Amino acid sequence: MSGSANHQFRKAKSLIASLLCSVAALLVIAPLGLIFFYLLRSGLSSLNVAFFTNLPRPVGEPGGGMANAIVGSGELLALASLIGVPVGVLGGVYLAEYGTARVNALLRFVADVLNGVPSIIWGVVVYGLIVLPFKSFSAYAGSLALGFMMIPLIMRTTEEVLLLVPGGYREAALALGISRWKTIVHIVMKTASKGIVTGVLLALARIAGETAPLLFTAFGNRFWNRSLAEPIAALPLQIFTYAISPYDDWHRQAWAGALLLVAMIFLINLLVRFLTRGRAARVA
Amino acid sequence: MIETLPAMQTTRVRTVDFMQPLTDQPQPDAPAFGVKNLSMWYGAKEAIKNVTIDVPAKRVTAIIGPSGCGKSTFLRCLNRMHELVPRTRVEGEVLFAGQNLYSPDVDPAMIRRRIGMVFQKSNPFPTMSIAENVLVGLKLNGVRDRNLLNERLEKSLRMAALWSEVKDDLRKPGISLSGGQQQRLCIARAIAIEPEVLLMDEPASALDPIATMKIEELITELKANYTIVIVTHNMQQASRCSDFTAFFYMGALIEFANTAKIFSNPTRRQTEDYITGRFG
Repeated sequence: MSGSANHQFRKAKSLIASLLCSVAALLVIAPLGLIFFYLLRSGLSSLNVAFFTNLPRPVGEPGGGMANAIVGSGELLALASLIGVPVGVLGGVYLAEYGTARVNALLRFVADVLNGVPSIIWGVVVYGLIVLPFKSFSAYAGSLALGFMMIPLIMRTTEEVLLLVPGGYREAALALGISRWKTIVHIVMKTASKGIVTGVLLALARIAGETAPLLFTAFGNRFWNRSLAEPIAALPLQIFTYAISPYDDWHRQAWAGALLLVAMIFLINLLVRFLTRGRAARVA
Repeated sequence: MIETLPAMQTTRVRTVDFMQPLTDQPQPDAPAFGVKNLSMWYGAKEAIKNVTIDVPAKRVTAIIGPSGCGKSTFLRCLNRMHELVPRTRVEGEVLFAGQNLYSPDVDPAMIRRRIGMVFQKSNPFPTMSIAENVLVGLKLNGVRDRNLLNERLEKSLRMAALWSEVKDDLRKPGISLSGGQQQRLCIARAIAIEPEVLLMDEPASALDPIATMKIEELITELKANYTIVIVTHNMQQASRCSDFTAFFYMGALIEFANTAKIFSNPTRRQTEDYITGRFG
């Protein structure tokens, strides 16, 4: 084979490889575009004031909304954060600052397994832990299931960002006679605060759309939730109920709910981008 | 652990118990540190071998020696900073103000409030302003008195020869300063809690000659009030700004004498070889 032909052959191979990579990249981006396109087309028309302010109405009666589900999701996420954020952040602090190598290896392994546990399993666990003993579906049960899911997510991201803080800052603080705990809180965690917040937001974005763990914990509710010990509506649950119903009216509302949910998650991710950009600038 | 408070130090500080000595003040001519048969291991590796030395108070003592000879490790044994590295072990004693730093009832945090440290790489806290950096040691140790804090801020920055350069920018981030200014900020941060000793671990080795000169001038000024122990790679620096010099080699103290004597007429052959550049 002549040198030139060999060159042509290699150029062709290079072209094919880069084409394949470009197609793969396009396939990564395409779903998000498609999701937004379909949701906007099908849901935007139903996203009106009534959707945000009214309770669901019986089939055929116009003007129903998802106000209770929107508020319910907010309550569930807030309660889940009360459990997931402190435990997850403190667990991450343990991993990064206190644990010995052997304990840490075990903890990381457990956290990674927990991250991979299918979300419906969390629902089953909390069903057994809370719903059965108290004989009621409740907002508590739903948020506990979501909180459990947040813990390993937040723990690992917190650990990672704390380990990014240079050891020189810990040394400098300890050399000033500052106690270890104050060094961790006021120096290390403060330096990594944006990263910790980012981890929390990503965990929230991850669980905001979870349906499976809520199916037999929060259960859903067609009315306002009056007590956290009672079943509560949530956006993903409401979408699920409406989407599997046979009514066009409810389908349209399900599309609107899905659009709202995706928009929320999109906004959280934008916020994360904004925060991490600030951090990168500071490091540089 | 803490005995009576000397009248001079009872100023306005309510919560600052860290200015109290562990025992009575040392005699004026007593050494700041009495190190006796100090050995230190990283795991199974002996990094400091049976070192005995009296570090004079209110003087500058330089520690020189080739890389890996244990000079930084020795410095860290003087305020127990080596304990941050896992699996280290110390034998022997370090007497400071009449008390062994390694006796079981001594809290390392208390030690470090009296024995400050400046590191090779300047490390102002990136989330804090210049003023916050200087005052962080006091604030996190419970000092709330506004007047005292303001007074200390100016005093520490003046002592660190930084006040005139930053007095209008106290709220700017500490890391916005130049490298040499950052190191002086770290010195101000260390002296704001009014320690009795300053340990300096190659404080100028990352700085340009002009910034280095400023740090050296500063060391000469600070020795009126502080016992200074400085680890340095730079023998000119040791001869310029120290009163006493200790030469370490392979974890052992080879020679300790007047700086003038070490550099003009060393007793030991190894010292002479090192300072004349035959090795190291």
